[in-house]
Amino acid sequence: MAATDLERFCNEEKRNLSLGGHVGFDSLPDQLVSKSVTQGFSFNILCVGETGIGKSTLMNTLFNTTFETEEASHYENAVRLRPRTYDLQESNVHLKLTIVDAVGFGDQINKDESYRPVVDYIDTQFENYLQEELKIRRSLFNYHDTRIHVCLYFITPTGHSLKSLDLVTMKKLDSKVNIIPIIAKADTISKSELHKFKIKIMSELVSNGVQIYQFPTDDEAVAEINSVMNAHLPFAVVGSTEEVKVGNKLVRARQYPWGVVQVENESHCDFVKLREMLIRVNMEDLREQTHTRHYELYRRCKLEEMGFKDTDPDSQPFSLQETYETKRKEFLGELQKKEEEMRQMFVNKVKETESELKEKERELHEKFEHLKRIHQEEKRKVEEKRRELEEEMNAFNKRKLAVETLQSQSLQATSQQPLKKDKDKKNRSVITGNQSGVSLSNSKVMITKANVEPLNCSSWWHAIQCCSCLVKNATWREGFI
Amino acid sequence: MDKEYVGFATLPNQLHRKSVKKGFDFTLMVAGESGLGKSTLIDSLFLTDLYKDRTLLDAQARIPQTLVIERRAVELEEGGVRVKLTVVDTPGFGDAVDNADCWGSIVDYIDQQFEQFFRDESGLNRKNITDGRVHCCLYFLSPFGHGLRPLDVAFLRAVQHKVNIVPVIGRADALTPREVGAMKEKIRQELEENAISIYQFPDCDSDEDEEFKAQDAELKRSIPFAVVGSNDIVRETKEKAFRGRTYPWGAVEVENPAHCDFLKLRTMLVRTHMHDLKEVTQEIHYENYRAQCIQSLSRVGARDRASRMKLSRQSATELPLLPLETEKLIREKDEELRRMQEMLQKMQAQMQQSQGEQSAAL
Repeated sequence: MAATDLERFCNEEKRNLSLGGHVGFDSLPDQLVSKSVTQGFSFNILCVGETGIGKSTLMNTLFNTTFETEEASHYENAVRLRPRTYDLQESNVHLKLTIVDAVGFGDQINKDESYRPVVDYIDTQFENYLQEELKIRRSLFNYHDTRIHVCLYFITPTGHSLKSLDLVTMKKLDSKVNIIPIIAKADTISKSELHKFKIKIMSELVSNGVQIYQFPTDDEAVAEINSVMNAHLPFAVVGSTEEVKVGNKLVRARQYPWGVVQVENESHCDFVKLREMLIRVNMEDLREQTHTRHYELYRRCKLEEMGFKDTDPDSQPFSLQETYETKRKEFLGELQKKEEEMRQMFVNKVKETESELKEKERELHEKFEHLKRIHQEEKRKVEEKRRELEEEMNAFNKRKLAVETLQSQSLQATSQQPLKKDKDKKNRSVITGNQSGVSLSNSKVMITKANVEPLNCSSWWHAIQCCSCLVKNATWREGFI
Repeated sequence: MDKEYVGFATLPNQLHRKSVKKGFDFTLMVAGESGLGKSTLIDSLFLTDLYKDRTLLDAQARIPQTLVIERRAVELEEGGVRVKLTVVDTPGFGDAVDNADCWGSIVDYIDQQFEQFFRDESGLNRKNITDGRVHCCLYFLSPFGHGLRPLDVAFLRAVQHKVNIVPVIGRADALTPREVGAMKEKIRQELEENAISIYQFPDCDSDEDEEFKAQDAELKRSIPFAVVGSNDIVRETKEKAFRGRTYPWGAVEVENPAHCDFLKLRTMLVRTHMHDLKEVTQEIHYENYRAQCIQSLSRVGARDRASRMKLSRQSATELPLLPLETEKLIREKDEELRRMQEMLQKMQAQMQQSQGEQSAAL
């Protein structure tokens, strides 16, 4: 509903009403101007040209001050851009001037990549502005605009034509920035040569499709002067900060043995024209062009890259808001999916590791059991052996006892039966034999202590040896020796 | 007849007569980026129109430009003395966007000329040798920069031991006298830093007169020469006409020593040091080249002495006339063959060994 209302409103015929008296809105431009003046202006110039071609001197001459610079060396490895910001003031107008220098341009032996840092710098400035514009909380009125408003391209005055590097670079820059080509150090070309040179340059630019900045001819106030100036492109300039006495006043000039080149003399060079066009007449237009043409082009390309469109498939006008929302949802959805995936992966990994650990545990347990069993086995075996041994010992002791009782009996009997002498002798010998070692009488043969530790013996023979040792060392009762 | 007078004091006159009859030849090479005034300077130096009908390339055509070597020969005569002047031009130097090794063809050209002369000199028939060796190379530096550029340094390094280099600042009417002095100082410093040996003027003998010595010293101080060239004659007044360039603020006189060093260059190049340049080329640069050449040949000779012996029996003084490149190829192929044979032998030995082991094991 609202949309159709709006349409109807736009299509209505606008009626021109005449005023009955002086209302006062003709002061609007003045209000705008005074507001801008208090805010201050900013202007950014990019200077591209070979080292030593006179860029810094020209800037000094244009703005009638000395921006501190040191002479650049020829031995830079790659082109780099050096921006410097200055605050200038004239009457009550503040200007924040940024001069960007392309240091090392044209010095390398291989100049294939010379244009790239320049293009990247311009794109970065556009990008920064775009980011600021897309922010939720933005402060565009406070934002220090660093977008390049004009590129002064310095052409070497060979007198023949453009250099190949110039052509390649200007082609890359013409859709991103306003280019004003300048013939530098023009005091080395005579008038006729200059005329031919300018024609050659312009024809080369046209035939290669390079779009340089044309001064605007739609505003009646400046249309005439601008169209005249357009015919003088490219400007042949001479820069100088030294002053020379000509006639009876000091002017900025270069002194040669054969004459003096005055910077502000129209017949000597086009410096005055450049200053008029660049600063006095068209500065605002340059800024506008940068904002409405170059920046918008950049923005459109960038947003299209990101996937925004002006109309959706049903060709209903899409608002940026909705597109933004959908994009955001998409993005968040993707993030979530990724999260899920990662979580899944994590869980899987954990499970795997767990199962592995369990396996290992089980194995360990098994081993333990196994070892325990073996241990038990061994213990049992040893116990058995010990029992056997004990039994043997018991049996041996019994026999011994029996033998002894027999002996004592036989001793008693020998007084009666001398026939048993031999036996006795044997027994005696046995006894004597026995007396030397272990003395036995009663059956109370003390064996060693009841709590026998299991013997760590490898064979029963060994065990007996050990037992006999133990028996020897036993604690006897009833005073056996 | 004066008994004391022998008469060989007339030798210089005889030499003079003969040399006039024979004529001289001089090869001058000019190198430098386009637009620095090389062609205009050559025309002004020799007061001819060597470059009358030339066409210059567009910037678009120059992007992938490679260097070509152009020779222009002209016969000049002055006072009965004939000079055959050959100017070797190098259009396309430093013009492309990627100039890596763009001086390769220049170095090859110089070497080629040396080789040609070497072969001619060692040949049997030495009557009509044409000397195409480059006697002097005028290298044009740009007045718009701050001294030497990386491309200049690279080129000068590559040719310093092959040719006499005379550095020149072209289009010097872009520089005020103070700037000219500063630039010359900077260039001299940078040449020293990079250890580039340019053509040194010979010191004059101590018995020359003072004026000559002073002149010589001044000449030495002005290297590199800051020149302006022009083919147009300017007529300021009916009587006063000179060669120069007119500007709205004045006119540059090419032959005015206060305006530029053109006169010094012309004096040095044509009037006083032309012969010395030829001599240095012959005695130093050519001899260096020749020694190098023979050394590399003799390295080959040390290896295949046998084949060489056969050759030398046929022609006692004749050196092998095979061109150097095929010699090198033959050498390389020999090496390869030898290596492969060695490898084969090794493999055979190994095989035999393993066979022996196997049989032993069995």
